[in-house]
Amino acid sequence: MATRIFGSSIKRREDPKLITGEAQYLEDIQLHGMVHAAVLRSPYAHANIRSINVEEAKAVDGVIGVFTGKDFEELPALPCAWQAGGVDNNANTPRVLEIERVTFTGAAVAVVVAENRYIAQDAVGLIEVDYEPLPVVVDAEEASQKGAPQLHENAPGNICMDWACGQEEGTEAALEEADVVVKQRIKNQRLIPTPLEPRGAIAQYSPASEEYTVWMTSQAPHVMRLLMTAFVFGIPETKMRVISPHVGGGFGSKIFLYPEYCLVAALAKKVGRPIKWMETRGENYVATTHGRDHISDIEVGVKRDGTVTALKVKTYANLGGILSTIAPGIPTTLYGRMLSGVYKIPNIYCQVLGVYTNTAMVDAYRGAGRPEATYLVERVMDLVANELKMDPSELRRKNFIPADAFPYEPADDILAGLKYDSGNYEAVLDRALEVTDYKAFRQEQEKARESGRYLGVGFSSYIEVCGVAPSAWVGVGGQGWGAGLWESANVRVHLTGQVVVTTGTQPHGQGHETTVAQVVADELGIPFEDVIVQHSDTLGTPFGYGTYGSRSAAVGAVAVYNSLQRIKDKAKLIGAHMLEASIDDVIYEDGKVHVKGAPTESKTIQEIAGQAALAYDLPEGMEAFLDDTAYYDPPNCTFPFGTHMCMVEVDRHTGQVDIQRYVAVDDVGRVINPMIVDGQVHGGIAQGVAQALWEHGVYDESGQLVSGSLLDYAIPKASFLPSFELDRTETPSPVNPLGVKGAGEAGTIASTPAVVNAVMDALSPLGITHIDMPLTAERVWQAVQQNGNGG
Amino acid sequence: MYPFNFEYHKASSVSEAISLLNQHDGAKVLAGGHSLIPAMKLRLSDPGVLIDIGKIDDLHGINASKGAVTIGGLTTHSDLAASIVVPIGLSETAGTVGDQQVRNRGTIGGSVVHADPAADLPTMLVALRASFHISGPTGNRTVSAEDFFTGMFETDLEDGEILTAVEVADEQSGTGSAYSKLFNPASGYAMVGVAAVVTVASGKCTEASVVLGGLTPSVMVASSVADSLVGVKLEETSIAAAAEAVQNDLGSDVLGDIHASADYRRAMAPVYVRRAVAAAVERAG
Ligand SMILES: Cc1cc2nc3c(=O)[nH]c(=O)nc-3n(C[C@H](O)[C@H](O)[C@H](O)COP(=O)(O)OP(=O)(O)OC[C@H]3O[C@@H](n4cnc5c(N)ncnc54)[C@H](O)[C@@H]3O)c2cc1C
Repeated sequence: MATRIFGSSIKRREDPKLITGEAQYLEDIQLHGMVHAAVLRSPYAHANIRSINVEEAKAVDGVIGVFTGKDFEELPALPCAWQAGGVDNNANTPRVLEIERVTFTGAAVAVVVAENRYIAQDAVGLIEVDYEPLPVVVDAEEASQKGAPQLHENAPGNICMDWACGQEEGTEAALEEADVVVKQRIKNQRLIPTPLEPRGAIAQYSPASEEYTVWMTSQAPHVMRLLMTAFVFGIPETKMRVISPHVGGGFGSKIFLYPEYCLVAALAKKVGRPIKWMETRGENYVATTHGRDHISDIEVGVKRDGTVTALKVKTYANLGGILSTIAPGIPTTLYGRMLSGVYKIPNIYCQVLGVYTNTAMVDAYRGAGRPEATYLVERVMDLVANELKMDPSELRRKNFIPADAFPYEPADDILAGLKYDSGNYEAVLDRALEVTDYKAFRQEQEKARESGRYLGVGFSSYIEVCGVAPSAWVGVGGQGWGAGLWESANVRVHLTGQVVVTTGTQPHGQGHETTVAQVVADELGIPFEDVIVQHSDTLGTPFGYGTYGSRSAAVGAVAVYNSLQRIKDKAKLIGAHMLEASIDDVIYEDGKVHVKGAPTESKTIQEIAGQAALAYDLPEGMEAFLDDTAYYDPPNCTFPFGTHMCMVEVDRHTGQVDIQRYVAVDDVGRVINPMIVDGQVHGGIAQGVAQALWEHGVYDESGQLVSGSLLDYAIPKASFLPSFELDRTETPSPVNPLGVKGAGEAGTIASTPAVVNAVMDALSPLGITHIDMPLTAERVWQAVQQNGNGG
Repeated sequence: MYPFNFEYHKASSVSEAISLLNQHDGAKVLAGGHSLIPAMKLRLSDPGVLIDIGKIDDLHGINASKGAVTIGGLTTHSDLAASIVVPIGLSETAGTVGDQQVRNRGTIGGSVVHADPAADLPTMLVALRASFHISGPTGNRTVSAEDFFTGMFETDLEDGEILTAVEVADEQSGTGSAYSKLFNPASGYAMVGVAAVVTVASGKCTEASVVLGGLTPSVMVASSVADSLVGVKLEETSIAAAAEAVQNDLGSDVLGDIHASADYRRAMAPVYVRRAVAAAVERAG
């Protein structure tokens, strides 16, 4: 083929459906006889449930049933599938409906099933719950102190787990020896994921076959089925089918098993009718998982020449009132182990206290652990540069892991045996400096300062980890993940040469149908249009762990690739047979099997597929059809990297930050579809910038979510942002044959520190070195005031 | 996010709307629905009966004649933002409301009757000394914008009345109007919104009207600022000095929330006053 389809920016084939409104989201699905559920949620952040009176609610016309936790006593609490590795986890997880106690505002305590959702909602308002309010704590550090209200009997001091990585002694010693030690407390505020589509589920139960069908807004339908059947319902997984229809964004919040999904399934059986539950935005804010929420104390040791020798971190990770599905894994494996960043830091020690507080569950949110790590490391580099009066780009360069050091094992086993796969960190920094014309900016900045204007530039030289694997490393014996992390694919070449691929991962906005088809078309040498990709239904797709952690390309697409190799091998056998040639004399090229040196003596893959399906003349003993299923468990993770630079102007009169330029140079390995990668990076940057400047999940002292709606939670608007300038280098990953690394989270991970560093750079003449996020106008203005230069 | 039950009626004339309003206790008029419907969905408002006035022709359109501009109550923020006959400060203000979708639906009538303390249009309309035309069961009346706003979400409008139009004077040459706003990054509403209207003759300010919204429970007329501007040659230093006088106008009832504390808003008031006045002066020519 003239131009390779792998690597070309073809338009997303999923868009026409989405743009024209044809795509079916959960809310679009209507089943015959379907009823609706509405959930009553606790108005208290911490309370005992004394009693619940449902009589008045039951009496409402159109109400089919009202249920409380006692009606589901036989169902155990939900599983926590990723407990922090190597330590005790004092796990407490939600029940389908809480029975005795609630530990956060928004916990589900009762449910109404009614003919329509308006009636259901009216009746919810009539349920009377007698609560005994208990003392509340919302801050993770406070919760871990003596005398704090206690949330769970099995978690003294509200500690879920006390986990550490790296070498404590070596790090202490290196800090002692360091020429300069910089200390800082750094907060990474709570965020609310805010997918456009909230969560929902529909369930149907067949008494005849004893089978459940559950539609849900999920990033991982196979895992949902496994957790629900094996851990909650105690039935064979074959008795449940889970389908994710089109999912309107997740950002991690739709990976998890939530009480309501199980509740809806259980209700479908109890009520004997199909049932739908769709949360409101208000419920999405209080009852769907939140992200981040770390308080960290850091100490970094450096030599006078800028060589970083030690990094010590203690982090309080707020996990919420109760554990979400993979909550403890995020601030441990995906955070602590990434604290070396792109730097040679010989000594690192990180202690993480996972703490229960009376807040919503905290779990993976786009980037999941890596944004928190990157934010610390990249703030640290600027704090050090400032202290040593070094240029931040030069300090970074000095500490970079050199390009010839890969595969590289960072800081004394901090990655627990894994290695950074490949990288060239100077190349992306140099490219970013060139694109931004850094030197010229510094001159402009100097001039602006003379006229009282504060311009700043911020760097973020990041690394992240995608396609987390291998199962033996991440699993129960290692990092505590209670499952595998391989991925699967089935490839079937039908009689006419049309290819159907089914995958264990599924999109919720990423464009799998396009990129996977590109891989297939490229590999088989067939038209893109001849490939379709099916997903999102446990019926008809092989088991897969789902879409998160930027793993669909680095793991899922590789499974597809591996299947294709075996399909090609079989096609060669059939082709050779059809050509009456020896298998050693034929090759597969451009969609054909041909005799070496004689390209015209060939059979197309379509002809071969036809023969494979009709099977009247196959090689002796060969099974019919071109059909293969692969399960791919990567030998290592992949490690994308890049340098982002942000340029800002700070209005010293108001504290407003204006982003003037944003340049991202990413390296996500080989790129299957540059346009899709750009789209992922754009969205990611917007989210990361929003953390730096605007978003903040705020609880008051009584555990009420003050930022409980979009009126008070500031998601980024397009008008707040400049047009991003994207560039990239391509360093293939040696981990997988596609050379891909993953691109779904890089933008979010990189951008937050770039923006904060830019603002601190702008304010550096005032001696301001750190302000905690979000850098609202007021916080920046206050810092300016306190540093005596309000002007 | 699901409202209580309500009845829906559609009115085809102002008189029909008024009679429907008076037939149904607690009924509310539905204009753009961009304040009322969210409140109903949050179950903060339970009107029981909605009277849709969207199709009443008399309430649409902007007409300029004889030195006055009459703006129909159903004029959307987008139409206002695009209008070249209304004072430039008013179209500027309308252009800062929410986002494009909100501006395409939300109306001037709805905005002033809702009287959200963080709304934008009330501030500018008081500064422009607009008058509001009201129809009710007993006939028509006109009230000045300043008298109309009586408190947080409170106005002079009686039950059963409809705001039919807003009237402002034509902007004469020598007069400039401008709006300067500190946005709430979440909602887009004003945390501080300053409307300034100034008239300049032979280099000096002859008339000034400066009004603040967003930071007090209801629109606040900054008469100290206006007094300091009048009679003065308007340049950077004199404007800045006059802007500082806003502290005399602000009482103890400055609002604060997680986005901006009362102290911060108070500190921002003179900054935004300065910016609005400077822009208005420039437009006055
Ligand atoms: C996302 C979002 C962002 C927004 N941002 C801003 C912002 O930045 N600045 C800002 O100022 N506003 C903002 N708004 C509010 C917006 O301007 C509304 O449109 C406006 O406040 C109400 O106008 P409406 O036509 O939608 O009125 P409705 O919601 O239909 O009605 C509001 C109230 O006024 C009454 N009413 C309406 N018209 C009349 C009439 N002619 N006579 C008598 N009573 C009447 C109704 O009965 C109701 O009580 C925002 C709204 C949204 C949803």
